[in-house]
Amino acid sequence: MANNNIGPKRLVVGAHYGMRDWLAQRATAVVMAIYTVILLVSFLAATNFTYEGWAGLFSHQWFKIATFAALACLFFHAWIGVRDIWMDYVKPVAVRLVLQVATILWLIGCAGWAAQILWRV
Amino acid sequence: MSEAAKPPRPQFRNIQITQIVGYRLPLAGVVSILHRISGLLMFLLLPFVLYLLDHSLLSEISFEYFKGFASNWFVKLVILALSWGYLHHFCAGIRHLIMDNHIGLDKVSARKSAASVLVVSLTLAALVALKLFGAF
Repeated sequence: MANNNIGPKRLVVGAHYGMRDWLAQRATAVVMAIYTVILLVSFLAATNFTYEGWAGLFSHQWFKIATFAALACLFFHAWIGVRDIWMDYVKPVAVRLVLQVATILWLIGCAGWAAQILWRV
Repeated sequence: MSEAAKPPRPQFRNIQITQIVGYRLPLAGVVSILHRISGLLMFLLLPFVLYLLDHSLLSEISFEYFKGFASNWFVKLVILALSWGYLHHFCAGIRHLIMDNHIGLDKVSARKSAASVLVVSLTLAALVALKLFGAF
């Protein structure tokens, strides 16, 4: 069993949101970094900078899925980062809540649009 | 217990906008705040990036429109700002991941890595600027 005792008296409980988000931000960052390399290598190796070359790259199903997975990571990563900004600078609870909800809606909207763009090529 | 007799507890808040000018941040602090600013910039311009991606992929006609749109000087500036944001966020992020593994945490190495982040990201951003504005 995990030792959650900090000091002789205090028992740390809770959902560990901080640790989970911290780790998620790192994991999504690694995925995006790898995708960046894949995109750059695919693009530069193709040496075909016309529409056919560019759209051809995105015509493969694996590339669509990889792109969407990287974008999903981006949206999750951005949610944690932007939420941190609101938590640091916006102190009134009502304003912060509105901004956080707006952030989530903004990112969900972007995710939907990204899916549409990718799967109609 | 008399609560009123206690002196007010000190509060340590984040620095306010008005104090920023007077602050002399160390290099690592500059990298850190630029990491945050570049992240927010890219978050706010997400629809712009998706708009460009959409037009570059939809059809040959929209691709031509994309090329025309992206040749506007102001659009080029926005693309340059986004490119810098991506490059800085990327480099500072790699530095973060390395430091998360307890590598280079001492003052001297942290300052060196912060300087490297700025040198690499600004050099690459300068290359993007030269490419965008047709120097090569």
